[in-house]
Amino acid sequence: MWKTVYAWLDERIGFDSLYTNLLDRPEPKTTWWNTLGSASMFLFILQGLTGIFLTVYYTPSPDHAYDSITYIMEGVAFGWLIRGIHHWGATLMVLVVFIHMLRVFFTASFKFPRELTWLIGIGLFLATLGMGFTGYLLPWNQKAYWATTVGTQIAGTVPFLGEFILKALRGGPELSALTLQRFFAAHIWIIPAVLAALMGLHLYLVIKHGESHFPTKED
Amino acid sequence: MSGSNELSRRDFIKVTTGIVGGLIGAMIGLPSVYYLIDPALREGGKDAWIPIGKFDDMQVGVPYPFSFTRVQVNGWERTASSFGGYAVRKSDDELLILNSKCTHLSCTVNWSAEAGAFLCPCHDASFSIEGGVLHGPPPRDLDVYEEHRLTEDGIVEIFFKGA
Repeated sequence: MWKTVYAWLDERIGFDSLYTNLLDRPEPKTTWWNTLGSASMFLFILQGLTGIFLTVYYTPSPDHAYDSITYIMEGVAFGWLIRGIHHWGATLMVLVVFIHMLRVFFTASFKFPRELTWLIGIGLFLATLGMGFTGYLLPWNQKAYWATTVGTQIAGTVPFLGEFILKALRGGPELSALTLQRFFAAHIWIIPAVLAALMGLHLYLVIKHGESHFPTKED
Repeated sequence: MSGSNELSRRDFIKVTTGIVGGLIGAMIGLPSVYYLIDPALREGGKDAWIPIGKFDDMQVGVPYPFSFTRVQVNGWERTASSFGGYAVRKSDDELLILNSKCTHLSCTVNWSAEAGAFLCPCHDASFSIEGGVLHGPPPRDLDVYEEHRLTEDGIVEIFFKGA
C-alpha cells in the first residue's frame, strides 16, 4: 500500500532523483570543515523556528517589548528555553558562517567556477550580521538601546548620505517606537526573505558545481 | 554487505543519526508545544461577590440593568473584562438575575420596554423578561446568576465564578 503511494508520488514529484542530487551526490574527500555550510543552514532553520515561536508572545512596542520578554523568560512554560536557543543560536550562527567563510577562503574554493557562490556567500554573511544587529534591539533594554544608538550613529558617519541613512535606519532623527518597529520588520520579514532567497541560489550553485577538492601541494 | 547480519557502516550512521536527531527534536519539540498552549492551561479570574445595586431600586416588572468589570493579569498586561446583566424583580421578595450575554454567540442583549423583551442586536434574537427564548437562533434561555444575596445595607450581591 505504502509502496504504491510512494511510487505514485515519486512518478510525479521525483523524490528519488531529488534525493540523489541533494543528499547522495558525489563528493571529493572531505573533512568536518566541509560541514559548516550545512551547519549554517541548520542554524538558520533553528533560528527561524524559535523566532516564530517567540513572536507568539513578543510585542515590538516600547511600552511592552521589555515586559513581554520578561514574561517569556519568567511566565511562559519553557519560554526561557525557546529564547535561550534563539539568543545563543544567533551568536553561534554568526560564528559558524564566519568560520565557513574562512574555510572557503583558505581552501581557495572561491575560484572558478565558484566565484558567484562566493559573492552570494558574502551577501549571506552580511545578511546574517544584519539579523544580529536588528535582533539586538528587540529586547529594548539598556544594552539594546545604546548599542543601536551607537550602531546607527556609526552608519550616520557615511559622507554626504550619512544623515539620510541614520534617519532611514531609525525612522527619524532619534531612536523611537518607529525604530523598534522597523527593526522588528527587518528582523522577521525583510532580512530573512533576503537570506532565504540567497540561500536558495547559494545551494543551487553548490549542488551544480559540487564541492571543490582541497588543494594539494602541486596546486 | 548483502546476506550479512552485520550492520553496515551506512546503516549504523543512519540509525544513530535518526535516534540522536529524534531525541534532540523531542527535547525541543515537546517543550515548544507546551510553550504554545501554556496560556490555555492557566486558571482564569478569581471568584468574588459583586454588588450590583440596591434592592429598593429594583422595581417589579422593570429589569434593572447592572454591569461590572473584572481585572485580570494576562501575560504582561492587566486586562479589564466587562460583564453585565439585568436584575428582574418578580415580586416583593423574589429576584431573578439574568446574564446579558446572549446564549447564541455572546453578544450583549438589551431590554426594550417597547418590545417588552430582551433584544440581541447581532442575530435578531429576543428573550422574554424571564430570560426564555422568544425568537431567533439562541440554543437556550439566558444564563442566570443563581447565587445572590442581600446584604444588611440592602445591597444585592451576585456570586461571580472565575473561569
